[in-house]
Amino acid sequence: MEIKKPHIKSIPYEDFKNNEYLEQMVQELNANGGKVWLGCLDDLINWGRSNSLWPLTFATSCCGIEFMAVGAARYDFARFGFEVARASPRQADLIMVAGTITHKMAPVLKRLYDQMADPKYVIAVGGCAISGGPFKKSYHVVNGVDRILPVDVYIPGCPPRPEALLYGMIQLQRKVKLEKFFGGVNRKEEEPQKAK
Amino acid sequence: MNEIIDIPVEQLHAEMKKLHDERHFDFLRSLTGMDWQEEGLGVVYHLENTLTGENTVVRTHSANRENPEIPTVCDIWKAAEFNEREAFDFYGIRFTNHPDLRRLYLRDDWVGHPLRKDYDMSEETNPLRMTNEEPVDTTARLEVLRDGSVIEKREVIFEDNEYIINIGPQHPATHGVLRFRVSLEGEIIQKLDVHCGYIHRGIEKMCESLTYPQTLALTDRLDYLGAHQNRHALCMCIEKAMGVEVSERVQYIRTIMDELQRIDSHLLFFSCLCMDLGALTAFFYGFRDREKILDIFEETTGGRLIQNYNTIGGVQTDIAPSFVQKVKEFIAYLRPTLREYHEVFTGNIIAEQRLKGVGVLSREDAISFGATGGTGRAAGWACDVRKRHPYGVYDKVEFNEVLFTEGDSYARYMVRMKEIEESLRIIEQLIDNIPEGEYQQKMKPIIRIPEGSYYSAVEGSRGEFGVFIESKGDKYPYRMKFRSTGLPLVSCMETLTRGAKIADLIAIGGTVDYVVPDIDR
Repeated sequence: MEIKKPHIKSIPYEDFKNNEYLEQMVQELNANGGKVWLGCLDDLINWGRSNSLWPLTFATSCCGIEFMAVGAARYDFARFGFEVARASPRQADLIMVAGTITHKMAPVLKRLYDQMADPKYVIAVGGCAISGGPFKKSYHVVNGVDRILPVDVYIPGCPPRPEALLYGMIQLQRKVKLEKFFGGVNRKEEEPQKAK
Repeated sequence: MNEIIDIPVEQLHAEMKKLHDERHFDFLRSLTGMDWQEEGLGVVYHLENTLTGENTVVRTHSANRENPEIPTVCDIWKAAEFNEREAFDFYGIRFTNHPDLRRLYLRDDWVGHPLRKDYDMSEETNPLRMTNEEPVDTTARLEVLRDGSVIEKREVIFEDNEYIINIGPQHPATHGVLRFRVSLEGEIIQKLDVHCGYIHRGIEKMCESLTYPQTLALTDRLDYLGAHQNRHALCMCIEKAMGVEVSERVQYIRTIMDELQRIDSHLLFFSCLCMDLGALTAFFYGFRDREKILDIFEETTGGRLIQNYNTIGGVQTDIAPSFVQKVKEFIAYLRPTLREYHEVFTGNIIAEQRLKGVGVLSREDAISFGATGGTGRAAGWACDVRKRHPYGVYDKVEFNEVLFTEGDSYARYMVRMKEIEESLRIIEQLIDNIPEGEYQQKMKPIIRIPEGSYYSAVEGSRGEFGVFIESKGDKYPYRMKFRSTGLPLVSCMETLTRGAKIADLIAIGGTVDYVVPDIDR
């Protein structure tokens, strides 16, 4: 089956990096079997979802200032539909983990993630969130936020430039466009065990 | 500055009281916990006389490594309260008679005290705990009985019938991951309890296993809105210890960069304060103009927010060819823009009513807490390090130290807005006269500092940023302490907000202008 290519205005498909990853993701989705006749409806819903991703205003350190800069006048992520930054996790679609996550913060971050409604996405911003960054050897830093949350997109940098943040967010849009909303494949964690 | 007094633990409290009352050492610049291995654990106090500018250093130590007990000085200087909690957290030093001896940064179930030299760094001792922390409403107080023995008493912070709400750590208006627990009576704040440590990265411990040039990288990440200034302080301290004189050109470049950074930080302060009070337009204005400074930084240093520019003995690269012209253009641009800011926000009736007369800090409290920077100057305390202990080329330029006497939120706001103008003035006097010379001195491949202890400070964007190094002559520091600008500011939040309305907590926090990664380090 041919892989549909997520379309982003003004950037051709070939100009993106990590296309193999998307292709692999689509193959996995198809292997699990989706409801084919809902394809068109999927496309429509994903078009809407990918262009109105609402981020949670969550920042622990330096990367948070760059996140604010992306929201401000020059870089303006409203152009891509990200402008509705929510202060409550209940209303947010994605969490940008911008900054170092420490041992004390980790349970709080997990709780924020758990409070978000499905489908939800995680972007790890900056070296600290990806691997611990310059603080890898510290006694109080979580070496990579993927130890506690499933991460969708990694944006390297210390801190990443606003252009890099935008690129990462567009990568997430592409990912959202490929997903099957009706296939039940959005959940990345196991179903919580029901009490017997 | 080099006078060091050793005081035995038994006489510490009486001697400190004498220093405070008789010799007028009323400003506790910094309080540092120490681990001198065989000699035991101890504390180093940096004191300053605010009348004469005289400095002194006091040391004390306790040989008992199991239960080191040192009397508290927080009844003499209010600044000691949080700093002693930090020393308790890092070293396990128990301060007798301290009213609130809890851990400041780490979780209550943390095992061991990380800055001790014999601390076990392995994952097994302190694995990643994913359980939520239970709020505890009591605290410990160590009381000395008449026969000299010490007993632990529990003190109540919040009674059962008090109405407590929790703010943070994830709250858009706490400027980072700071957490408050606030006891309310209606809308009025009765009591406020600060919880830090959600971004504690253990930078001071990390520095002990890094060589001096490596430690530089971490300072930029302390207070990222004062990256240049922080790094300037550390470079200055290392240069002072090694006896290196940097060239005139470097001094000029560093000073100009420091001032640009200050403007950058104050513009961000303006943006965020306005946003917190609901004026979103002003946020866009502030960020629009801040980007212009970041462009100037980027051209010379390659970095926007974190520049990694100062090095030991100089700066990373020479200034970009268009630097001088761009800075001049920026100055010409910002002056009229500032007037626009005042039209948009300062004169606004809502802004005035939210800020005037709210969160008043007296001059005595500011000194006692060591709340330097804009907060101290708004209360009438002339605490500018650029004037007290000039460094760089600040002694060659003319500028006013902006002082207000009201001590309220509005004064704190105005101090910063006026300081932008003073910074522009400083840059204007320097930008045309940058002398020729080397931008980087030739240094030895391995940098060692002679044995001893060194302290130097700069005026950061939000107060005195100090670096204290104790060296044993190695290429690694034995102890490196950063006097955070933010810790004294959060420690006075309780005094500032008591009796204020809950909505004003945000405005007060905004005008005090702390940066949380700088508090937690």
